[in-house]
Formats: sequence, C-alpha cells, structure tokens
Amino acid sequence: MVEAVWLIPAFPLAGFLLILLFGRRLGEPGAGWLATLAMGGSFASAVVVFFGLVGEEEEQRQFGQTLFEWIPAGDFSVDVGFLVDPLSVTMTLFITGVGALIHLYSIGYMHGDEKFSKFFLYMNLFAFSMLMLVLGDNLLLTFLGWEGVGACSYFLISFWFTDEANASAGKKAFITNRIGDWGFMVAMFLTFTTIGSIRYVDIFAADANLAESTATAITILLLVGAVGKSAQIPLFVWLPDAMAGPTPVSALIHAATMVTSGVYLLTRMNGVIDASAAWAPATIAWIGAITALVAATIAIAQNDVKKVLAYSTVSQLGYMFLAIGSGAYVAAIFHMITHAFFKALLFLGSGSVIHGMDDDQDMRHYGGLRKFLPITSATFIVGWLAIAGVPPFAGFWSKDEILAFAWQESYGLWAVGFVTAILTAFYMSRQVFMTFYGRYRFADVRPEEIADVWSTRVANAESALTEAEAGIGEAESAVTKAAEKLEKAREKLATREREAAEVDPDDEKATDKAAKNLDKAREGVSKAEAALEETTATVEAARGAVAAAEAEVARVAAAATSGGLRTEFSLFDAPDMGDLDEADLPEPARARREYHPHESPWQMTVPLVLLAVAAAIGGVLNLPFASDVEFLGRWLEPTLVDPAHLTASAGLKWVLAAIAVAGGLFGILVAAAIYLGNRFPASKVELPILARGWRYDEAITNFMGGPGRKGFDFVAWFDATFVDGAVNGVGRVVRSGGGQLRRLQSGLVRSYAAMVAVGAVALLAWFLSRASF
Amino acid sequence: MTSLLAAETATSFPVLTALIVLPMLGAMVLLILPNSRPEHFKQVAFLVSAATGALAIWVLTDFEVARAAEFQLENRQTWIEGLGISWHLGIDGISLWLVILTGFIFPVAIVAVDADHEPKSYYAWLLVLEAGCMGVFLALDLFAFFVFFEIVLVPMYFLIGKWGHGERAYAATKFFIYTMFGSAFMLVGILSLAFLNQAETGVLTFDLVELAESQAIATTTARWIFLSFAIAFAVKVPLFPFHTWLPDAHTNAPTAGSVILAAVMLKLGTYGFLRFGIYLFPEAAVYFAPALVTLGVIGIIYGAIAATMQRDLKRLVAYSSVAHLGFIIIGTFALNTEGIEGGLLQMVNHGLSTGALFLLVGWIYERRHTRQISELGGLQKPAPIFAAAFMVVMLSSIGLPGLNGFVGEFLTLLGAFAAHRWWAVVAATGVIIAALYLLWAYQRVFHGPAEGDNATMPDLTLREGLIIVPFIVAIVFLGVYPKPVLDRMEPAVDALIQHVEDNVPDFEEPTAGYLAPAVDEAPGGEEADAEGGE
Repeated sequence: MVEAVWLIPAFPLAGFLLILLFGRRLGEPGAGWLATLAMGGSFASAVVVFFGLVGEEEEQRQFGQTLFEWIPAGDFSVDVGFLVDPLSVTMTLFITGVGALIHLYSIGYMHGDEKFSKFFLYMNLFAFSMLMLVLGDNLLLTFLGWEGVGACSYFLISFWFTDEANASAGKKAFITNRIGDWGFMVAMFLTFTTIGSIRYVDIFAADANLAESTATAITILLLVGAVGKSAQIPLFVWLPDAMAGPTPVSALIHAATMVTSGVYLLTRMNGVIDASAAWAPATIAWIGAITALVAATIAIAQNDVKKVLAYSTVSQLGYMFLAIGSGAYVAAIFHMITHAFFKALLFLGSGSVIHGMDDDQDMRHYGGLRKFLPITSATFIVGWLAIAGVPPFAGFWSKDEILAFAWQESYGLWAVGFVTAILTAFYMSRQVFMTFYGRYRFADVRPEEIADVWSTRVANAESALTEAEAGIGEAESAVTKAAEKLEKAREKLATREREAAEVDPDDEKATDKAAKNLDKAREGVSKAEAALEETTATVEAARGAVAAAEAEVARVAAAATSGGLRTEFSLFDAPDMGDLDEADLPEPARARREYHPHESPWQMTVPLVLLAVAAAIGGVLNLPFASDVEFLGRWLEPTLVDPAHLTASAGLKWVLAAIAVAGGLFGILVAAAIYLGNRFPASKVELPILARGWRYDEAITNFMGGPGRKGFDFVAWFDATFVDGAVNGVGRVVRSGGGQLRRLQSGLVRSYAAMVAVGAVALLAWFLSRASF
Repeated sequence: MTSLLAAETATSFPVLTALIVLPMLGAMVLLILPNSRPEHFKQVAFLVSAATGALAIWVLTDFEVARAAEFQLENRQTWIEGLGISWHLGIDGISLWLVILTGFIFPVAIVAVDADHEPKSYYAWLLVLEAGCMGVFLALDLFAFFVFFEIVLVPMYFLIGKWGHGERAYAATKFFIYTMFGSAFMLVGILSLAFLNQAETGVLTFDLVELAESQAIATTTARWIFLSFAIAFAVKVPLFPFHTWLPDAHTNAPTAGSVILAAVMLKLGTYGFLRFGIYLFPEAAVYFAPALVTLGVIGIIYGAIAATMQRDLKRLVAYSSVAHLGFIIIGTFALNTEGIEGGLLQMVNHGLSTGALFLLVGWIYERRHTRQISELGGLQKPAPIFAAAFMVVMLSSIGLPGLNGFVGEFLTLLGAFAAHRWWAVVAATGVIIAALYLLWAYQRVFHGPAEGDNATMPDLTLREGLIIVPFIVAIVFLGVYPKPVLDRMEPAVDALIQHVEDNVPDFEEPTAGYLAPAVDEAPGGEEADAEGGE
C-alpha cells in the first residue's frame, strides 16, 4: 500500500495541469470542485499509505520510492524519489486533510472572483509543491518544494495584483524567503562535500560521524533557511504583509502548512542537530522563544483581524522552534498539527467574518457578531480556547508539552514561553471579545467619518469668516469714500457761503440764488454726514459679523476636537454625533446602517465545523498520561536520533500544567476586564510601539530605501562613470591621438568590417573551390 | 580525443560542414532574390535556418552517447597545407548542446520579429551570423576558429548599426572595437602557440587536438598565451570589468540581435574558455582559475546590483546576463565535473531564458514603443497570457527549482563550493539579488493598476504564442529531466578534466571529501530502537 505514495503529489499535479489546460472552460465552480477533488484524492492516498505503514513492523517503517534520476553530474546524483516514514506521512496527512477542507472552503470564499479558476490553479500547484517538500527523499527535492511553495505563496499573496500593496507584499515574501534559501543552499553544498550525498538515508547513516564543527555549520545554515520560511526573527517581516492574499491562502499557506516547513526541515535533519555543538540547538530554542514573545506583544495591539492571527502564527511557530531547540521534536510536530487545526480554523473563521462583514477587516468595526454568525462564532470560540491553552482543547496538550520540555532545558526558556502563553490568551480573547461580543459597532458612524463631517463644518465656518473679513474691508472703503464726499460737500458749502457773502445785497435775484445754493450745499453736507454715519455703522456691523464668525470657528473647532463631541473610537459607547444628523453623513456610513451581516454558505461552514472538531479533540493524538497513549511520540520515534525525554516527576508536570492553565485564564480575565467590562482603558496595553511592531519593519524599510538603495545606486554610477568611462576615455584618447584614426568612430570601422566580411567570403569561396566532397 | 576517425566519416554526408555552409548559401540566395517580393526574404531565411536546425537535430540523433568524449562526425580537409591549417570540424559532448541551441535560436529569432527596413540584407546578415556561430562551435582548427570568431562580429555590427535603436552607431562601434581589441590578442596567441609548438616538435599545425595533446611549450610561455586567449574570451563573455559594451549593444540592437547576442554569442566566450583555454593550456587554466573565479563572483554580485538599478527593461536584462555568465565562469573554473557540467548547462539555460526575455521585451516594445520601466505598469490585466509567459521565463532566470535555470546554477555553485568554498558562499547571495531585480521589475511592469496605453496593450498573438511555447517547454523539460543533456556532456567533461589532471602534476579534481560510505545503506533505521511494540 505504501507504493501508492506517488499518488499523493500526483493528484494535485493532475489537478494543476487540468486547470491549466481547461480552467477557463471549467470556470466557476467547476475548477474549484476539480481542485478540491484532487485534494480529496490526495488525502485518500495519504490515508492508504498511512495504514500501509502502520501495518509494518516499527523498525521497518521506512520506504523509498524512486521515480527517475533527476540531476546526475559526476559524483553528484539526486533522484525524484520519495521517502515514506512516519514523519513524512504525518505531514502529508495533515497537509492533504486540512488542504482539502480549505479548498472546499475556497469555493465559497472566492465566489464571484473573476480569476476563480486561476486561484485554484495556484492552490493545487501549492499543494503539489508542499507534498514534494515533505515527501522528497533528498534535500534537493525538499528544496524544490521549498522554493515551489514560496513561488505559489508569491503568486497568491499578489493575487489581486492591481493593488500595489498586494504586489509589494508578494515580492517581499519571496525575497525575504530567498535570503533563507541561501542558507539552505549552502547547507546542501556543505552536506554534499562532506557526506558525498544529499539523500536523507545517506545523511542518516553518516550524520553521527560528522565532525562537530561541520554539523554545527550545517545546522546553523539550515536554521537560516528555516528562519526565512517559518517567519522567525530576524526574517519574520514578510508574514504579516502576506495577509494581503485571499484569506484561504493565509489559512493554508501562511498558517497550517508552508510556514511549518522550517520546523519539518529541522526535524528531518535532527541527526545533524544532534551531532552539532550544544550552542546550535540552544540558538534555535532562543530564536524561537524570543520570536514567540515579540510576536505576541505585537499581536495585542493589532486591529486588523488577520494581522492578529498573522503575528499569532509567527508566535506559535516560535514555540515549535523552542521545542526543536530543546530536543522535543515530537512536541514540535504535535504542536504543528494542533496549530494547523486551530489556526486554519481561526483564519477560515476570520475569512467567514470578513465575508459576512462586507470585506471589512478592522475588528473595531465588529462587535456582537455572535447572533449574526452563529456557526462562525461557535467554531471560532473553539479555536480560541484551543490556542489559549484551555484544557481539554488541542492547543493545551501540545503547548503544555513544549513548556515542560522548556522547563527541563532552561528556566529562562520556560519563563519566556509562559509569558507568551499569557499574552496569547490575552490577545486571542481580545479578538474574540472585540469580534463576537459587546456592542454591534458596524452601523456606527466611524470616528474618521465624524471627523470628516466636523472638518467640513470647520471649513464652512472659516470660509464665512473670510467672507466677513472681506466685508469689513468693503465697508471701510465705503466709509473713506463717504468721508471724502462729506469733505467735498463742506468745501462746497464754504464756497457757497463765501459766494453769498460777496453777493450784492441789493441784487435780489442773486441773493435768492445764493440762498438756494447755500441751502443745497447745506443739504449736501447733511446727506454726506448721514452717509458717513451709515457706512460707519456698516463697518461696525461687519466687525460684528467677523467677531461672530470667529466665535463660530472657535466653537466648531473646539467642538470638533473636544468639548463633549467625542471623535475617538470607543468599544462601549456609541459615537456622540452632537447636532449632526443622518443627512450630514457620507454615503458609506448610511449604507452601513442598512447592512446585515450574514453567515457564510455551507462550503465555508462545513470546513469550519470539521476543523473545530479537530481543534477540540486533537489532543488525543499524544496524551501525556502514559507511554501507551503517547501515540504520536511512539509513532515518530523511529525517525528521531536522540529525542529528549521528560524526566520530570508526574507531580511537577501537574504543577507546570496548572501554572500554564492559570496563566492562560489570567490572560483571558484581563482581556475580559478591558474588552468586556471596561474596567480600564485599552490604551494602557495597546501601546503605539506595539501597534507599529517595535518599528522593526520600518527600520528595515528605511534601511533598504535609504543606505541600501544608495549603495546600489553607487554601483550603477560607478559602472557608468568609471568602468565604462575608462573604456570611452581610451577611445577618446586614441581618437584625438592619431589624425588618421579620427574617423575610427564611423568610417574606418565600417570599412574594416566590410573588409573582414569580404575576406571571409573569399576564404570560404576558396575553400569551397578546393573542397572534395 | 583523437581525430583518427576522420577518414571513416569523410565518406558519409559531411553534416557539420553543412551546418555552416547551408546558412551561408542561404545568405547568398537571398542576395540574388529579386527585390520585388520582399515577403520572400523572411520566408527563405526562415526555411534555411529551420533546415539548419533540422540538421542540428540530425546531429543529435547521430551522436553516440557512449563516445561523447570523442569528437564525432568529424570533417577534415587540408586547407592551407604549408601552414598546417585544415578545415577540421567535430562535435563532442561539450559543443553538442551549443550547436543545438544555435540551431533552435536562429529560426525563432528570424520568425519572431520582422525587419522594419531593408529586409534583404537584414536576413542575409542573420544567416551569415548563424554560419559563423556554428563555425565557432564546430571548428577544431585554431585558424578556422579564429576566422569564425571574427566573422560573427561583422553581421552583428551591421545588425546593431543599421537596424538598431537609439545610439546604435555608438553601440555598434563600441561592440566592434571592443571585441576586435580582445581578439587581436588571441591572434597573436594563436600564432605564437603554433610557431612555438613547431619549434619544439618540428611540426607546424593549427589543429586543436594535436596542439592540446602535444603540450610542448614551456609553462610560463603557456601562461602568457593563455592570457592572450583569456582577454579575447573575457571580453566576449563578458567578464567584469570588460562588460560595458554589452548593455549598450543589447539595448540598441534590434530584438533578433539581442536574442542572438544573449543566447548564442555570449557563449562563444565561455565555450572558448572551455574548449581552447582549458584544453590547450591546462596548467595555466589551473594557475589562473582563482583569478577567473574571482572575476566571475564579482560579475555575479556586481551585475545583479547594476541590473537592479536600471530604468530600461532591456538594459536590466543585459546586466542580468553579466550575473548569469558569472555563474558559468565559476562553474567552469571550479574544474570539476559538477561545475563544468553546470556551466555548460547554464550556457544552454541562459540562452533559453534570456533569449526568451529579450523576445518578450521586444514584443512589449513593439506594442508600447517604450522600454522604460516607469512608463509601463499593470500589463498583467490587459495581457494575462503575456504576463504568464514572462513569469515562467523570469522564474527560470531567477533559478526556481523545477525550471532549467536552477539545475545549472546549483551545479555551478556546488562545483565552485568544492573548489573555492568561500567564493561559492558569496556567489550564492547572487540568487537573492536576482530575485530582487526581476521581481521588482515584474511588479513595476505587470502589477499595479494599468493606465493609459498600458490598459489596452494587446495580449500574445497566436504566432507569438507558438514561438514562446517551445522556450517554455524546454525550460520546464530541462528543469525536470536534465539527465539526457547531462549524460551526453559528462564523458567529454570527464575527459577534459582527465586531460587537466594528466598534464598538471599537482592537480586533482576538487570534489567531495567523503566522510562516510554513502552507499548500500539498507532502508530502515538501525537507530530505531524499539522501545515497546504495538
């Protein structure tokens, strides 16, 4: 039955090829069902192989199957061949099982996307690559899968490529991974040049004889590769950005399978780690522990529902590295499996929420979704309890085992792991409370919308002020004009008075006229006086209007920024709209008031339910009570050279487990106090530095865009100026040096070229004339 | 490696000679065709180059794998008797795939793009170029080799100068003078070698095999002559710092010229190092290997960084060639089977992937009349199939496992690691930068929103699809199943390394230092100590 192993990757490969050829014709949902069927077939094959392997004696559980020789060159030779052993079969089971469910889910999630069939094309190619990664019987075939999944990840992150951010995120993932791949490649070179082969069985046979320094070097180089693929410090920055891809991609690739490749690789090569110096595994453990802690601290301040899960994934992968560094390979694989269950569940659940919430990913806009999304919320809550380490859910058992091994390895490692566990329970509870509990906030007017409205009002008041100020100017110029007129009228009056005085008193006519003129002038003066008074009053009025406008601006501005009209976000209180009404609101805000969150179709909820069952009871895979029930441990034992064993007494184990559970409950309670009970403000824990990821990503971006880019620019400049400049300089010197050579640029070369051509043709003709065939 | 079989094969059809003569005759036929029917020029040129390609396939089927170390299908005619010059052609596992590549690239380049003016001379020059390239790969006489090595400059000079873009006169002249300057040294080297060999052995000959087997000249002299060859080849490859003619030539050449330049002509240098440099001067090759590997590593990193900062898409691909050719050099001068085979395979791979990239960039230029990356954008939306083809070719160039580029890159690095460990570690960082410049370029050209003329760029036509599909098939095939290609190279590569070992006293092929027996391990772990049954 194990001979059927080739079928496991063959199914998704066939799916890929069929969709490649007929994808457009299949369309929606045909392509999705074909891809899902391929994954189902793959899973069935994996189950068959699994039972075939179980049927063997424990020592006989290792099979090789060679399809063909891939790259033969001198002493170097690798095959396309599979290594079937408990480790690879375990991996294939959960990859194909979880993978099939996520494919099914995607049929619902990708509904209506214009590139529906292309999505499934990539998904099947991904599954094929992932299976080659774990089934390959040599490092190079694993590397093929390793880079293959990276390429598919790149395609799928930038799936909606018209958005620059998505395209950038895909590129970032690929390039960051390539840094790790450099380590993987050099590790292969070193392995080959010391062992003479990179087939796993040859490495297993030889690793115990490796010099400690060589084994250490290989371990560290593999670690570089694993750190890239599994998003550990210092190369974790690509994973949060990778959330730009469709959510099923995040679930399958960036949570359940691909990112665990590093853990798989290190477990596969555990013999080499065993032969290396003690500081090498310690490095692995500490990288894992610090990554777990740092990522968890960042997760508590994220508002994007997928970003929380992304940092959580980085953190959980850190646990697995911590386990590997402590020699607890079984615990690492155990946690990998349970994590695949609950993290895939959580991602798919978040996808279902996003789907139901009109593609909104901001948890501040959720709240109280339990009653709208009953299946999603129930299953999500199972995933939450599992990751928070609440017994008897799956995560409790695997995390507890890792913590027990960490305790045995170093109290420091345990302490970091324990603090991370508290933080994990906290941020996951925060997510659940913000999403499914509390006040339904989707219909709320958003702070930024209120701010928009207020800023419009402020702008209006300010433009009124400007107008009023312009009014003062006008009025004042009117006053000046009126004053001028008055002046003129008074002058006229004076003139008339003089005229009247000079008039001959006997000339009656003249006297009358003068008196009339005088009256007119007096009238003109009094009119001008009245006009001046009036305009002066206008100025006063304009001044008043400006003062009023100023007051209004001040009032509106004050109202907009403080003064009871709250614009910052609150989980608990509906936004204070002040004297705003519906009509003032922008269109999206009004549309949201009419929106009804909806549960997802069955293709999406069925996988959620199945994964929830797995996340609830997955712990039974490896129960710590007796060696009889440590199924996974006994199953994986033959693939491990010298795994660590817990030496702690049962009592100590119970105490450690109790402390871990207490820590988890503490995290949940604190989250409840903040996000359900409003006992103290969230800003106390959601620190800006955490929201910005300790500014690590920013620092890298700044470096790449600053000094990094300058360095690259320098090389290009150096090339144009010096290397090429030297060539052109020589050309110029030659040209100016010899008078005859002056025409080198054009005429001479052309005629020389023609001469060469003629000569060559002549030679050829001569040869042909002498040829004798 | 003997030429004793010449008499035997001379009676049958001289297929190797035909590979050179056929395109040459085709060029002559073109010249006498009437100008009244210009469409015939392209048809004739295509038919002739396709027939040459068919002959190359015939060579492949006639090639005996078991005798891949020897020169096969030899033609040998006395040419200039008094000077010991002969028309000596032959093919072995080293030249076989380059001949096939040449036979494939030329018809594709001819059919892919139309001449925009003077079609008669355009296609005639292309056929002359094909004859010259075939000649370089087939010649086993130093004089004949030199003639072909020079001949190829002429058609390329005119192709760039007359049918090129931009500063085509400058680029053509620079290309011509730069490579002429290199070959001048080689001519002196060839003559010195022949006459010094005559002084030692009494026989004047330009025959490659005879000269290589006699190894008569003094060590120091041989080193000087090797250097004279190396300069010619280094310019042709091009190796840092002799590379600056390449971006200018590539950018300003017509599309077919760029494709041929990248796919075939750059290989003249790397092939020259292998066939003439190492074979004729094994001691000098070992002596200078560290220096050449150093230049190769510098080329890998430097070319990749320079490529990243280019604004012109064609220039970017040109600089990426500098990086790729660096891999070939470090593999070749690792002087072990893995490295040399990887280098040889990489010559073919680079021909396929960079040739296809230049084709695609040329098609973008035909549609958009620009190659400035900043003026392109979002092309995947209007042209998804075009984008997919570009993506596959790009991933091949990046060295994604499963595609051809990876196999060659991996083997060259593996070979280099065995010989010059730290240089290989540095060179391997080149794969990171390769991802950076290509993915960044892809993003700027194909991703993002499509605006203006970009939004309406037509997708691949059926004809273009039919041209690019063979590239993609070869790219995938060589990535998944390179064995038939490697198997045909290996005997010749081993023989070459044996030749170096035989003639350099202290030299031993740098290879894996085995720690433990790597064979006959029964599957099933002895380490699986059963700790409790089912």
